[in-house]
Amino acid sequence: MSFTELFSLALGAILMENFVLVKFLGCCPFLGVSKKTETAVGMGMAVIFVMTVASAATYLVNEYVLLRFDLEYMQTVAFILIIASLVQFVEMFLMKAMPALYQALGIYLPLITTNCAVLGVALLNVQQELNFIGSVVYGFSAAVGFTLAIVLFASVRERLEFAECPPSFEGFPIALISASLLAMAFMGFQGLKIF
Amino acid sequence: MFTLAIVAPVVALGAMGLFFGLLLAVSSKIFHVDQDERLPQILEVLPGANCGGCGYPGCSNFANAVVSGEAPCNGCIVGGAEVAAKVAAVMGAEAEAQDRLVAHVNCRGGVNAKRKFEYEGIQDCLSASKVGGGPLACSFGCLGLGTCEKACPYGAIRVVNGVAVVNSDQCRACGLCIASCPRRLISLVSEKQDVFVSCSSHDRGPVLRENCNIGCIGCTLCQKTCKHDAIHVENNLASIDYSKCVNCGECMNVCPRKLIVRASAITSTTRESDL
Repeated sequence: MSFTELFSLALGAILMENFVLVKFLGCCPFLGVSKKTETAVGMGMAVIFVMTVASAATYLVNEYVLLRFDLEYMQTVAFILIIASLVQFVEMFLMKAMPALYQALGIYLPLITTNCAVLGVALLNVQQELNFIGSVVYGFSAAVGFTLAIVLFASVRERLEFAECPPSFEGFPIALISASLLAMAFMGFQGLKIF
Repeated sequence: MFTLAIVAPVVALGAMGLFFGLLLAVSSKIFHVDQDERLPQILEVLPGANCGGCGYPGCSNFANAVVSGEAPCNGCIVGGAEVAAKVAAVMGAEAEAQDRLVAHVNCRGGVNAKRKFEYEGIQDCLSASKVGGGPLACSFGCLGLGTCEKACPYGAIRVVNGVAVVNSDQCRACGLCIASCPRRLISLVSEKQDVFVSCSSHDRGPVLRENCNIGCIGCTLCQKTCKHDAIHVENNLASIDYSKCVNCGECMNVCPRKLIVRASAITSTTRESDL
């Protein structure tokens, strides 16, 4: 894949096809861990890490195991297995090798084991028939898009805390409405075409 | 062909599962980190509320500090003596006896206090105290807008008749209300202490009479009555030395303003307001 192709793939994953706000994947952490910007950044970093590693691993397994034995229909099951054990492995590795990073990612690492965005990126890689480099770039930039969305949303919610809104909207309802406005804003990127 | 369609995925997935399982098993040995075995045991007995009352960011950080000897076994205020004993048992040390602490609001102004103006801004004590020195004529008293009530994670503090009141049964002494009060009216006192001077005003008698129907005028009657040298008037305000007070209640009886009260009586008002 040429550099321009990779670039448009990455930009598409971050803005036009944002995982949270356009594809509606990974909504659970998006709403759950977005009360503070700090934790949102932590979550975003963990997602970037896991999604990049997961898209590389799932590509390899899909290419050399599933396709070889005509087992494409087992992709969902196999990918869940791979992602879960991969995250476990990475957690153990980090605890030994990089305790500081392990502390920083903290609870978020195991939390995203079962996140649909991670499984989604693995399945989309296959659907789009990307090669290895393409898969890794797509996984990485999709996670960057997730981080962008969750950090934006967290800073919006931090300000919402101080806004006066009708009692029936306080807390979660107003957060959902702001999420929808944010999603509409991201829809504006649909017209963006580079090449 | 049919059997192959079943056998192939079973074998493939089984093999992958086995492979990853073995990988994890091996790596758990290779990447094994020597963790103090007392750490999970201490975490087990801690309340797990991550309230930060101990001064550490969360229960696991506190457990770490206990294991490394930085924090005392009874550092968990919320858990009290019960948890302290369990933590000490894990650490193999004797728990130091510690009375349960309870928050207490040193003001009974509320509806008895005169107002300078009607405040209609943001319903928050800090915001209110910034407007012309606060809506109360008394510059020491409880504003009664419930900032502490919102800060309390245990629902132990509530505003009754315009003044914050602590329900000592529910209070876990985490100290969040103390930090939230812009007038610094709340303090942590041993549960055994029952008699309190419910005023924080250092205004002189005549000024105070003007501002509040209930505050301390510094008449020193309580100081003269006390047989235990436990209550003293300084800067126009009576204060009790809790290390000497025996909760006899003599000062309560002589106080002309009836502002020395029993905490147990205050707590019962919060229960009545529940009904």
